[in-house]
Amino acid sequence: MSLDRATAARRRRLFWRAVESAILLLVLFLILFPILWMALTSFKRPVDLFDLTIFFTPTLDNFRTIFAAPWNIGQTLLNSTIVAGLTVLVAIPFSTLAAYSFSRFELRFKHALFFTILATQFIPAVVVVLPFYLLFRDLGLLDTHLALVIVNLAIVTPFAVWMLKGFLDAVPTESEEAALVDGATRLRVIIDIVVPMVWPGVLVSAVFCFILTWNEFLFALILTRDNAVTLPVGITRFRTERGDLWELIAAAGILISIPMFLLAAVIQRHFVRGMTGGAVK
Amino acid sequence: MQDRRLKYLLILPAAFIVLGTTIWPLAVSLVTSFRDWRLTRSLTPGPFIGAEHYITALTDDPDFANALRVTAIFVVIDVTITVVSALGLAVLLRRAGVLHSVTRAVLILPFAVSPALVGISFRFMFNAEMGVFTWMAGAVLPFLRGFVWLAEPSSAMLVLVFSDAWRWVPYMTLVVLGGLAALPKEPEEAARIDGANEWQVFRDVTLPALLPVLAVVGILKTVFALKMFDQVVTLTGGGPGQSTVTLAYLVYSIAFRWYDMGYASAVAWILTSMLVFLAVWYTRLVLRKASP
Repeated sequence: MSLDRATAARRRRLFWRAVESAILLLVLFLILFPILWMALTSFKRPVDLFDLTIFFTPTLDNFRTIFAAPWNIGQTLLNSTIVAGLTVLVAIPFSTLAAYSFSRFELRFKHALFFTILATQFIPAVVVVLPFYLLFRDLGLLDTHLALVIVNLAIVTPFAVWMLKGFLDAVPTESEEAALVDGATRLRVIIDIVVPMVWPGVLVSAVFCFILTWNEFLFALILTRDNAVTLPVGITRFRTERGDLWELIAAAGILISIPMFLLAAVIQRHFVRGMTGGAVK
Repeated sequence: MQDRRLKYLLILPAAFIVLGTTIWPLAVSLVTSFRDWRLTRSLTPGPFIGAEHYITALTDDPDFANALRVTAIFVVIDVTITVVSALGLAVLLRRAGVLHSVTRAVLILPFAVSPALVGISFRFMFNAEMGVFTWMAGAVLPFLRGFVWLAEPSSAMLVLVFSDAWRWVPYMTLVVLGGLAALPKEPEEAARIDGANEWQVFRDVTLPALLPVLAVVGILKTVFALKMFDQVVTLTGGGPGQSTVTLAYLVYSIAFRWYDMGYASAVAWILTSMLVFLAVWYTRLVLRKASP
């Protein structure tokens, strides 16, 4: 009797284990398949495109094609790198200073200031871009890197302040205070003591902001035409009047994604904090 | 220099950036939303016309009513799927196991893919003739063989949700996993010793403790779903018909196809006011936990 019950319980447990494994396999498939399919497609010749087999003669032609005229994806790649790089280089140092002040000092209107910075994440990009489009048109700045850097700062800066404050809160203040007692100025303390201690956090924030800017689509779609087009808009160019050139889209897609996969892997553990800040530890 | 002044100077550059890149354009588009300004007629702003744009949008514009409905449907389905899947997946992944750690390791990947690229890839995979997902759906459910996913309003909406969930569910699972890891172990163990089964432990102990994290996930996802734009452009183009035209996409169309800056600003501000409402709610929740 009791033996039967034990066997039944074990069977039930095995059954649920099997269900669990099946669900996880399905999840793994759903996550990985679109990425793998894109990778496969990027090595296909146009004739093999709609063949659902995974056995075909691979070719590197697609990658050659997108780097050659008229596509010149090399220039687009460079644009993305310049825009994302410059945005991070401007945003991170200033955000670090602001985050330090929020973390260490009592400020007047601290709540209001911090609320404003947090709340700007909620503003839709499309409402921000309208006035900038008109301004840049008047200044002749449409289709320039500078224009994209400026609007991307709107998205990146609040995130960076929010993330960096979290990292700075976790840094102990004893050595700072000791240096201040010894007569060092606050700025010296920030540069020589605080920044080296919080360096991993600075790096994580920088990488997170780089990924955000790299993948940004709406600003680039509206503010660029030829010279400053970034990769997410660049891939839409392969949808031509003669049809969608899927094999080239896939090749360009791999080119956009691989660097971001590497960066995301580097900051894996901290990635979640980017969006949620201190809300979820 | 004294800290008394320095502490404000340190904030100044970042505050200036936020002021110039967010507050200024918000103010300008608010002013523009009360003016008549079509770029096709004039390169400079026209006269003030009061709240006319807002009244038109809310009472007399089928396109706006449609976009509002599409956005509401998208938000409800998208947020529900994301919160439920992320919760379920996180609870499964909390356990040890080879499959578990492999899955945990790849959760980070989809969020690193550009949403515009996600949209275009899903367009390829749901392609009518030989999209690989079209084929799979037909292989599993024969009555779906030859079904053109992006040609029907409701299935196009489902594909749009699927593409967004693909990017967000794994990320939100990581967030919930972080929340689970921070929970104390004792209450769950105590409940088990008292004879509760796994489902009861989850329902009565784990889930209530996890509610603040789920609220964060829900609100954040609502915000990003309300702003849905990238995949609408690259996956459905708003179609078929106007069945996937979200509010953000409508603003874009009004401003950059019809060049009606005044009306576009008004619709953009209606969207913004919804988001500001959520922002107040969210920051209260967050600031209570991590006071600045």
